[in-house]
Amino acid sequence: MAEISIPKLAPQATTTADATPGAPFIEVENVSLYYGASKALKNISVKLEEKLVTAFIGPSGCGKSTLLRCLNRMNDLIDSVRIEGAIRIGGHDIYARDVDVIELRKRVGMVFQKSNPFPKSIYENVAYGLRLHGVKNKADLDARIEESLQQSALWEEVKDRLHSSALGLSGGQQQRLCIARAIAIKPEIILMDEPASALDPIATARIEDLILDLKKEFTIVIVTHNMQQAARISDRTAFFYMGELVEFAATSKIFTNPAQKRTEDYVSGRFG
Amino acid sequence: MNSAATTTPAPTATRHFRAEKFDFWSFFFTGLTGLATLFILGILATILLNILVNGWSAISWHFVSTIPKKDFFDANTTGVLPMIVGTAFRVIVMTIFVIPIGVITAIYLTEYAANTSIITRIIRAAVNNLAGVPSIVFGLFGLGFFINFVGKNMDYLLHNTTAVWGQPALIWASLTLAVMTLPVVIVATEESLKAIPPGLREASLALGATKLETILKIVLPQALPGIMTGGILAVSRAAGEVAPILFTGVAYYMASLPSHLSDQFMDLGNHIFVLATQSPNIEQTRPILYATVLVLLLLTFALNIVAILIRARVRKKLRALG
Repeated sequence: MAEISIPKLAPQATTTADATPGAPFIEVENVSLYYGASKALKNISVKLEEKLVTAFIGPSGCGKSTLLRCLNRMNDLIDSVRIEGAIRIGGHDIYARDVDVIELRKRVGMVFQKSNPFPKSIYENVAYGLRLHGVKNKADLDARIEESLQQSALWEEVKDRLHSSALGLSGGQQQRLCIARAIAIKPEIILMDEPASALDPIATARIEDLILDLKKEFTIVIVTHNMQQAARISDRTAFFYMGELVEFAATSKIFTNPAQKRTEDYVSGRFG
Repeated sequence: MNSAATTTPAPTATRHFRAEKFDFWSFFFTGLTGLATLFILGILATILLNILVNGWSAISWHFVSTIPKKDFFDANTTGVLPMIVGTAFRVIVMTIFVIPIGVITAIYLTEYAANTSIITRIIRAAVNNLAGVPSIVFGLFGLGFFINFVGKNMDYLLHNTTAVWGQPALIWASLTLAVMTLPVVIVATEESLKAIPPGLREASLALGATKLETILKIVLPQALPGIMTGGILAVSRAAGEVAPILFTGVAYYMASLPSHLSDQFMDLGNHIFVLATQSPNIEQTRPILYATVLVLLLLTFALNIVAILIRARVRKKLRALG
């Protein structure tokens, strides 16, 4: 129990980071979240930097996905959810009363655990978000769709069958299509909720390469159960346990020299 | 096997897997369920064959294309064209009303209303109870509400109290049937909406779509086949119903086809009742009666086939995805 009294986020952890430090882009300040009466997140504070990959790790039910879904307000969809504290993106409180959730979700894209392409053609899947946000012209649509499919490393595989059903793609291709769909509307942040957990190792490797590539342009927050994956692709890692943020630091530090006993036990596979 | 039994010390263990006696209860229940199924099939076959055999000989092009001018109990002068037109007309008008209202209600219940709220529970209970109301009660409701209240007031406002709408008419019969079949459409639509993976709604919302955009562009197209199933069930139920239209629009005899929503109409189901109970010469009327029943069955069948074909096309389009 003594561990709980240790500060959940050591600010110095960020300064000792080996990657180029940036200004905080996503600031989570004292956030608590309740599902009805049960408290799923306990006073979380964390600052994420721009154009880095931050991994959220921890055992099932630790709150990592819940926090991820706070960042684009997907938790709004659940009636019983109540949130305390503040989350700021680029300095703006995203839970302020005058925030346009539509605009927020346009700027904070999301890729889900289970690939969920619309039962439409590959082309229409990517066009959907673009049309929502006012891209109507056929030439513009074509260009943006090709660009995002290129960026998600799917273009070569699908360029000859853009108008056939997205459901005919393999699991890994479907997930890359979901990424293409998310980046087509040019968000600033991409949230990924265990994007590779249902994929085979080869498809997983392709998604990981893609994430490293997307990092140049986007800020990425990824929830993963796969420790090696977090180590391979992320710059910062946050370890959650039972709704608390136990430790947040540079990924190399979390995996080689964690400050917390629980973090060390978890990343070395002794529990969780 | 035998050598194994002699060498191994525990022969009882191998015997354990052999069924030693005839399993009476298993046999009994297999037989019972099979018989019950056969019984139902037998009843269905008896009804259909009886109608088909007796009705087929009396059916002719003349029979289905004639408007009876004098005695419709007489095989030579009778015809069922007005009844076919009346039944088809009322079913189609009913469909036009019941589908949008039912679908919109189902969308509210599944997509908007909080599942646990007291209002949602009351609406659900009301829908379920509506399905249990006897059809003759719907007929009386139609008379009281649509004709005496809505129709009379329309006449008062539009026609200077001349009775145009305030009397039995095709529109009121159709609306009464629409109220009666509403639960069927609501339940079928709700089921098809619930079957759509929540992940698709989340994906749409996460791309910055509003709830309305998500429903219109993602949810409803997917639910269309299920909605059409609801429509097909409603049509099947309504086509043969007589009680709800008894006070609200059906006529014993009309010399011409219905051409306006405020017209009364003749109806196949009602006509079957008339032929069976009002004929002065039962022996002479019996073949016409069989033929009329057959026509009603075929008409219901045809309406269903059309709806099923449209649904198949929608499904195919959803799969091919243009």
